[in-house]
Amino acid sequence: MTKKYLILMMLMCTFSLVAQEHVPKNDGVKSENTNYTAFTNAKIYVTPTQVIDKGTLLIHDGKVVASGVSVSIPANTVVIDVSGKSIYPSFIDIYSDFGVEKPKRQGFGGFGGGQYDATREGFYWNDHIRPEQNAVDFFKYDAKAASDLRKAGFGVVNTHMQDGIMRGTGALIALANEGSDAERILDDRSADYSSLSKSLKSSQSYPSSIMGTLALIRQVNHDASWYAKGGITITDRSLEAFNNNKSLVKIMVAGDKANALRVDKVGDEFGTQYVIVGGGDEYERIKEIKATNAAYIIPVDFPNAYDVEDPFAASVLELSAMREWNQRPSNPKALADNGIKFAFTTDGLRSPNMFEANLMKAIEYGLDKTKALEALTTIPAEILGQSNKIGSLKNGAYANFLITSGDLFEKGTTLYENWVNGNRDVINDMNVKNIDGDYSFTLAGKTYDISISGSSSKPKSDVKSDGKQLGSKISYSDNWVNLTFTSIDTTKQEFMRFTSRVDHSDDLNGKLIDPNGNTAYVLAKKAASEGGDKKGGMNRRGGGNSDDVKLMPVTYPNGAYGVSSLPQQETILFKNATVWTNEAEGILKNTDVLVKNGKIAKVGNNLSDSSAQVVDATGKHLTAGVIDEHSHIAAASINEGGQNSSAEVTIEDAIDPEDIDIYRNLAGGVTSIQILHGSANPIGGRSAIIKLKWGESAEGLINKNAPKFIKFALGENVKQSRSQNGTRFPRTRMGVEQMFVDYFTRAKEYEAKKKSGQPYRKDIEMETLVEIMNGERFISCHSYVQTEINMMMKVAEKFGFKMNTFTHILEGYKVADIMKEHGVGASTFSDWWAYKYEVNDAIPYNASIMHNVGITTAINSDDGEMSRRLNQEAAKTVKYGGVSEEEAWKMVTLNPAKLLHIDDRVGSIKVGKDADVVLWSDHPLSVYAKAEKTMIEGATYFDIEKDKQMRTKIKQERNDLMAMMLQEKNKGMKTQPIKAEDKQQLHCDSMD
Amino acid sequence: MRHIKYIYSVLMLCCTISFAQQTPADKQTGAISITGATIHVGDGTVIENGTVVFENGKIQAVGNSGTATKGTVINASGKHIYPGFIGANTNLGLVEVDAVNASDDQAEMGSMIPHVRSLIAYNAESKVVESMRPNGILTAQVSPNGGTFSGTSSIMQLDAWNWQDAALKADDGIHLNWPSSFSRGRWWLGEPRGLRPNDNYAKQVDEVVSFVKESKAYLNGKRTTKNLPYEAMEGLFNGKQKLYVHVDDEKGITDAVTFARDNGIQMVVVGGYQAHAVTGLLKNNNVPVLIDHTHSLPAIADHDYDLPYKNPKLLADAGVLVGIHTGNNSNFQTRNLPFYAGQVVGQGMSKEDALKLITSNIAKILGVDDQLGTITVGKRATLFVSEGDALDMRGNQLTHAFIDGRAISLETHQTELWQRYKNKYEGN
Repeated sequence: MTKKYLILMMLMCTFSLVAQEHVPKNDGVKSENTNYTAFTNAKIYVTPTQVIDKGTLLIHDGKVVASGVSVSIPANTVVIDVSGKSIYPSFIDIYSDFGVEKPKRQGFGGFGGGQYDATREGFYWNDHIRPEQNAVDFFKYDAKAASDLRKAGFGVVNTHMQDGIMRGTGALIALANEGSDAERILDDRSADYSSLSKSLKSSQSYPSSIMGTLALIRQVNHDASWYAKGGITITDRSLEAFNNNKSLVKIMVAGDKANALRVDKVGDEFGTQYVIVGGGDEYERIKEIKATNAAYIIPVDFPNAYDVEDPFAASVLELSAMREWNQRPSNPKALADNGIKFAFTTDGLRSPNMFEANLMKAIEYGLDKTKALEALTTIPAEILGQSNKIGSLKNGAYANFLITSGDLFEKGTTLYENWVNGNRDVINDMNVKNIDGDYSFTLAGKTYDISISGSSSKPKSDVKSDGKQLGSKISYSDNWVNLTFTSIDTTKQEFMRFTSRVDHSDDLNGKLIDPNGNTAYVLAKKAASEGGDKKGGMNRRGGGNSDDVKLMPVTYPNGAYGVSSLPQQETILFKNATVWTNEAEGILKNTDVLVKNGKIAKVGNNLSDSSAQVVDATGKHLTAGVIDEHSHIAAASINEGGQNSSAEVTIEDAIDPEDIDIYRNLAGGVTSIQILHGSANPIGGRSAIIKLKWGESAEGLINKNAPKFIKFALGENVKQSRSQNGTRFPRTRMGVEQMFVDYFTRAKEYEAKKKSGQPYRKDIEMETLVEIMNGERFISCHSYVQTEINMMMKVAEKFGFKMNTFTHILEGYKVADIMKEHGVGASTFSDWWAYKYEVNDAIPYNASIMHNVGITTAINSDDGEMSRRLNQEAAKTVKYGGVSEEEAWKMVTLNPAKLLHIDDRVGSIKVGKDADVVLWSDHPLSVYAKAEKTMIEGATYFDIEKDKQMRTKIKQERNDLMAMMLQEKNKGMKTQPIKAEDKQQLHCDSMD
Repeated sequence: MRHIKYIYSVLMLCCTISFAQQTPADKQTGAISITGATIHVGDGTVIENGTVVFENGKIQAVGNSGTATKGTVINASGKHIYPGFIGANTNLGLVEVDAVNASDDQAEMGSMIPHVRSLIAYNAESKVVESMRPNGILTAQVSPNGGTFSGTSSIMQLDAWNWQDAALKADDGIHLNWPSSFSRGRWWLGEPRGLRPNDNYAKQVDEVVSFVKESKAYLNGKRTTKNLPYEAMEGLFNGKQKLYVHVDDEKGITDAVTFARDNGIQMVVVGGYQAHAVTGLLKNNNVPVLIDHTHSLPAIADHDYDLPYKNPKLLADAGVLVGIHTGNNSNFQTRNLPFYAGQVVGQGMSKEDALKLITSNIAKILGVDDQLGTITVGKRATLFVSEGDALDMRGNQLTHAFIDGRAISLETHQTELWQRYKNKYEGN
């Protein structure tokens, strides 16, 4: 298809334009075209499920007038016979930035920017909240992009400004090259868009984390309703817009399954059901995704295979990444099979022309064709509440449709035309005859065999003479075919030229000019077709046929050591173990423990239970599961450092149930952890107290019986002493105190106002601080030197609450008596020091001194490596300071349970408590001990024998997938270079 | 209060030998005999109820209970005697507080800087250094870690007035950070996060090779114009120094071993996360490995959770000479060296073989096995007495320690603070 021809065709389309009566006309006479157009003898998909065979589609003035088997056609109708062809509603992409330019990044943004205030005036205090943006104000029709989208089958897109957390309204655009924006813009307030990414227009540091982002979205909701009630006396154009957009469909960009679940949870809190833009990994948590009840907009940018030819490089490629390649094309099928409503988007693809191949791949992987069509037509229309106008060919809908040679989702089908608002765009000329086939003619005693393929779009030729291959080139347009091929005498660079007008005959009757300029007329006779469609115009690609598709099973999480189903509660009788009860009974030798219904059912001698599986624990030790008071594993973010207080954020919003360190912790006997916010700011975020139920969803990990906690922090980190250009208050320990006093003073005032019954602005941060003062939320406070430890207790006393735990607390030994009096607990490192100035006087005897003074003392990790050996860290309190072994063991089990106020359920081996237990190969405080079996609530989450089996399976699957990827490369498919996780171990100081 | 008692006895001992806390011990004046202990020789053998005799800083006799004693006799019955543990590739004395830049002398600027010497920056009075001794670490290789050729390391004994008398073997080797096969995506420039194959690997390796070639050429010449970096390389070519190549991946190790062989350099792999995959190559070329300490995490999710725990065993089982180094950890963590070795016992290595990972094997790798690493007659009397199994937190409790026969202090800044505050609360 030449460009010239296309332009010509477009010019021909203008007939459907209707002049507007109120618009003056200076370039000619007012000429109105009121004709109808009818397409007859077509297979018409009015909707994906309502199909008319041999029907007529009648359109007029850019809309569908009627469709059916017998449609009465007015006299002034141009009739186009499309016998044998199919008509589909054209596609809709409702997550698009079509015609709306994304801003360029200003500065670095994020935490490094160190910019704390907003740059705008008259808007919300946070630059990343921009609901006042209207796509239509930025919109500029992009003819080139529109043409690319039409070639991919799209007729309408819903575009928006892809910038900011709240992005404002979208606009529904018909991709019609003819006419003006007046006709193209079908709706200028079509939806309300949000995301979890900050605006590129501002470097304002808050929010710097996913949990800060979610907290901000919540606070905007509160502030908007406060604004609506007149609580804010100045004009805030952002909140005003937020309220004005309330009735619109809310489209939220999550980008992956974890964020989808997160945003849905936030939406539920405010009665908002988001339509979620997913990431293509929904199949990995399909049950939870379905439970969101959200409609999804999903990409089809399936990853290429990795180039694994270099085995060294390939050795760092993780199973999870390889499975992504293997499984992602099955995501649409998984969504469809689970009855989840979804639409497709081209977002994420480098170009819309990759859309079709990927869509075909999804179908190859089992996606039902009707579902595929729905995801491109009726569902996006329905999501936007525009079902009457777009997405179908019902009467009155826009005349947006595709004319194809046959089934849209069959290989070899050609897309001929894409009509938008009644404007025709010819993609491939349907009147051009398909001349694919084999031809032959004889000239001067030589027989020439010509084979033509791809004639509908990209013709290719192959010419042989008496079995000898000749070089050739073919072009085919405007019903003329031109073929150039080399002469038989290959020693010369000579060419033969053949040209023919294609007519009704299947043969090619034309003129041949030889290298000498002699002309002959030849008839190239077409050989009888051997049946079967040749490759069609829409250049189909895709990885082989479905027989080749070998899908690896999904596990939870979907990578190494994932489980295919969650472990079930078992009845297990441990016989003849050394049992560390952590109770008055102490350490019991040769004792039996029965685990049943998730609980510790019996502890004693000669126990029996007919239903129990018996584990011979002779020579082994059974203990309560290890509890880590201070952990940063299993979290997508740790710090919200964008402000000096972040009481509004919660780690529960950021739990990452797929962190392999959960499994590694289990292998070290850990069963419960507190995921603490980091120490970027004095008032940190709320904690998540979880059980390490590997395989569960984020929500499923949360220990529902645990009370509320928050992280506070003191010292070097919060005063940003290692930052050169700190501009955030406080910068000294003096300021840290004042900051707490300020916040709690305000919280007191807030509470007083709230209690008084007056209207008040709901402030999540203040609500959290009020909880602390009322003893409903406990503080775990990061602290190092004695001055600040003492100060913090005094501040707490001033505001009438008690500090619950000092964590790190490396100089706790210096003020242990004052701590004891206050009644605070301590959770410390066994032997860390010398890593920064404020730990100069940190001593490994700290725990023993505090313990001896009578403080509830725990040993924690703050580190994903150390956390899996906390048993050894506890042993160091025996080495440094002579704590008894029994008491040392409590420092990583019962004592942290007490500090977390979960000791009613965990922390010791006591009848009735949760069966969170570990079987050790050796004395649990010994460096030689290995956890052999780790149970949570009576279910086995780690078993050393099962671990061995999994290793073998992982090795096997890695080999299988690599072999498949090598095949893929061999087939000539695109590959991508190896990438490896550069996993950051998160600590207190991790700034996101 | 078993512990109070022994601490007291240590204090008494200190007093009788009359030196103050943290002051370097005087030269050994009289013979000392330790009796009744289980002697862990460090070469895999154990002598029950054994006796060690040392004089003038050297071990004079090692044997069973029948061995004749001499001089002061320390009854250590029920206790254990070990050769002093040796820290390999540490940053001891080069950095005091990690986050305080002013106290950090580990990495010089520049990339080809073999002439930079850790020796002269080693702070013998570091509080971190003194905290090594109560856990049995009595000797350490101190290495710089900047650039590509990082500089020259030295082996120090850990009870000294200054670097001069601390030096046990000055300038023992040169450290090279082998180019990485992977590079990190510069995400702030729009590249994807995570590791990708390093496109510049070959070029970076070539820079290393070129530097070595240039050094050789220079050293063969008249050297009329001195070139300090090239001068510093001489020990590598005359066999006086070893090259410590810091490299983890299989490809890098293979390339480095080939490079060293081609240039006639004695090398040691430092790091060696994937060394277990090329044990044949390492054995054939007599290349030992200083493996990363065991309290590390696997590199990727797919790897066995206990791979770092068992990595030393995988190498030892294949016949590769292996020791544990601590350079990739925070300085202060070096005191956990015995537990890094203990961790391997849980993986099936015998305790005595695990002991070798931090004593005799390291002495061999560092080239000081004629002086250190085992309790053997003629070697330095650098050893200690522990209440129990020194590789386990439960038993590592030193009562006596000697460096060259000198009875060194086991007190530290930390034990001082402990005593002070314990007394505060216990009213002593």
